[in-house]
Amino acid sequence: MSLESDRPAPERVAAAMSAFVRDFTREAAVHMDACIRCGHCAQACHFYTSTLDPRYTPIYKLEPFLHAYRRTTAPWAPLARLLGAEKKVTLGELESWQELIYDACTMCGRCTLVCPMGIDIAALVSRARHGMFAAGLVPEDLRAAAERAENEMSPLGATPKVLKERIDWLESEHDIKIPLDLPQADVLMTFSSVEIMKYPDSLVAVAKVFKHAGESWTVSTKGYEATNFGMLSGNRDWQHDLSERIIDAAIACKAKTVVLPECGHAYGALRWEGANMHGAPLPFEVLHISEYLASLARKGKLRLKPLAKSLTFHDPCQVSRRGGASQAPREVLAALGVDLREMGDHADAAWCCGGGGGVVAIKRADELRHGAFRIKMEEIDATGAELLASSCANCRLSFDDGAAHYKWNKSMQGLTELVAERLEG
Amino acid sequence: MTLLEFARGPALTVALTVFVVGVLWRIVSLATRPAPPDRSAPRVDAAAAEALHGIVRRFWPHPRFGARIGFSVFIGYLYHIGLAVIVFAYLPHIAFIRKLIGVGWPALPAPVTYFAGGVTMFALLIALMLRLTDPVKRLLSRFDDYFSWLVIFLPVATGMAAFDSATGGFNQNYIAVHLLTVELFLLWFPFGKLMHAGLAFWSRGITGVKYGRRGAMP
Repeated sequence: MSLESDRPAPERVAAAMSAFVRDFTREAAVHMDACIRCGHCAQACHFYTSTLDPRYTPIYKLEPFLHAYRRTTAPWAPLARLLGAEKKVTLGELESWQELIYDACTMCGRCTLVCPMGIDIAALVSRARHGMFAAGLVPEDLRAAAERAENEMSPLGATPKVLKERIDWLESEHDIKIPLDLPQADVLMTFSSVEIMKYPDSLVAVAKVFKHAGESWTVSTKGYEATNFGMLSGNRDWQHDLSERIIDAAIACKAKTVVLPECGHAYGALRWEGANMHGAPLPFEVLHISEYLASLARKGKLRLKPLAKSLTFHDPCQVSRRGGASQAPREVLAALGVDLREMGDHADAAWCCGGGGGVVAIKRADELRHGAFRIKMEEIDATGAELLASSCANCRLSFDDGAAHYKWNKSMQGLTELVAERLEG
Repeated sequence: MTLLEFARGPALTVALTVFVVGVLWRIVSLATRPAPPDRSAPRVDAAAAEALHGIVRRFWPHPRFGARIGFSVFIGYLYHIGLAVIVFAYLPHIAFIRKLIGVGWPALPAPVTYFAGGVTMFALLIALMLRLTDPVKRLLSRFDDYFSWLVIFLPVATGMAAFDSATGGFNQNYIAVHLLTVELFLLWFPFGKLMHAGLAFWSRGITGVKYGRRGAMP
């Protein structure tokens, strides 16, 4: 941050304000104007619930953004300026809100479920991050991860060279083919760097499923990384670049379908934001891996040995609540024949693991995140299920870290790995 | 000019003008903000139904949050319904509206509307107490929240006070003050949170369409 601190404060504030104003679309404006400050959103937030600190009330996390709106763009902004009703946003104010915008919001969208006005607070936080990035107010570890993603194609060092080496190793270790850079394939498979670096068995599981289903697929070294730290950090240009890599790779290999890996925000970034970044509808279908597995099950292409165990499923917020694909993993679990024991809050109402929105990458947020994770542990323990699964490597990382922190005896499995282990033949 | 003549004449004209122009300005300002199209392929393509669903389902809390916010919602409903009964079902108010716009309808018995007035005042006081004592609400509250509360409470309180139970009539000075508080409400309406009376539907509808097309339910 030393370079940022060298920039004059007025310049940084001006950059933030310029980005904020660009983000005051009709949706954002109506949502900000409609807030009645009832505070119900606090009751849905894992950070408020685990701390009871009112500063973690979701709508409060947007105060500088709201001030900027009321001063520059709101219907009565000229009057507010004239009467001095809205003071100028200062660098100090933005700095003091950095923790609330980044560390204390996973953009899980649970607050929108409870909001009587239907305000999409997660989307507003995502917009507010654009201004924070422009002012150089991104937590350094998150900014560095985003920069690596932009420059090296991966936030975690899973460069194309590393990917090739990993695939070579996995192919020889597991005697399975992971087709790389085929000129043409029906499906372009993407991965999360978390999978490539920490859960490489996920790649093998995917390959086994494709082989079992007889699908034509490939991985592209031009566009394999599905996470989008540009989006999480608030850099719209990087978000665009990271999305375009996958889009270009899919177009190049004439893919009919892009399958996104076990990653929540990757789904939001490409399935729901990809076309908007691209500036046109995407010429292929975008599916989360859980949706793809469900579609294979529906077509009778998944022949599975039953898994006679009880299991509870953690919904990745961006795939279920904000993505609309809550039922897909449940179809897959039904095909596996598990005894599904739902948590008290599941599917659209599920609690976030606390690590989404880039929070897991922010070291200083660990204590806050661990506090929020307790909610999840208690819900899972209450189910009495033998197994725990999810379809997001980022959630899995957050769970592994939380479990280690609390010495909890549960371990999360990836949905695709569960399926790959039970394939017949 | 008496106070009552002032309240019924120029004050009412100014208040209604500010109300109408202000509301229109706020709506037009919001409507003319940029609205980039959503180019993603919808999972569900029925915008009108999704908007309607988004609007209707938020009239009651999501089942998972009933226990946490139920009391606050109940109090809110109490004074919203109470206000609706007072404004739209009390004979003198219907007569006032008929004079303004030429449309009227049957009234509820006066005791029912007086009871609604009492319940509304009670609920508004509880709402204020919640805002002052709940750490979350207190932190979020600003001038708009308290002033909007005041401009709702005052017309109810002065309206109740205007009724002279001894004579069964109305104290004309109190009626003038009552009218002036209603005009204060009209003057403030376009500027603050009271606009949620209309914006709630717009806001919910936007989210309904956005997430409806995803097949999601926030």
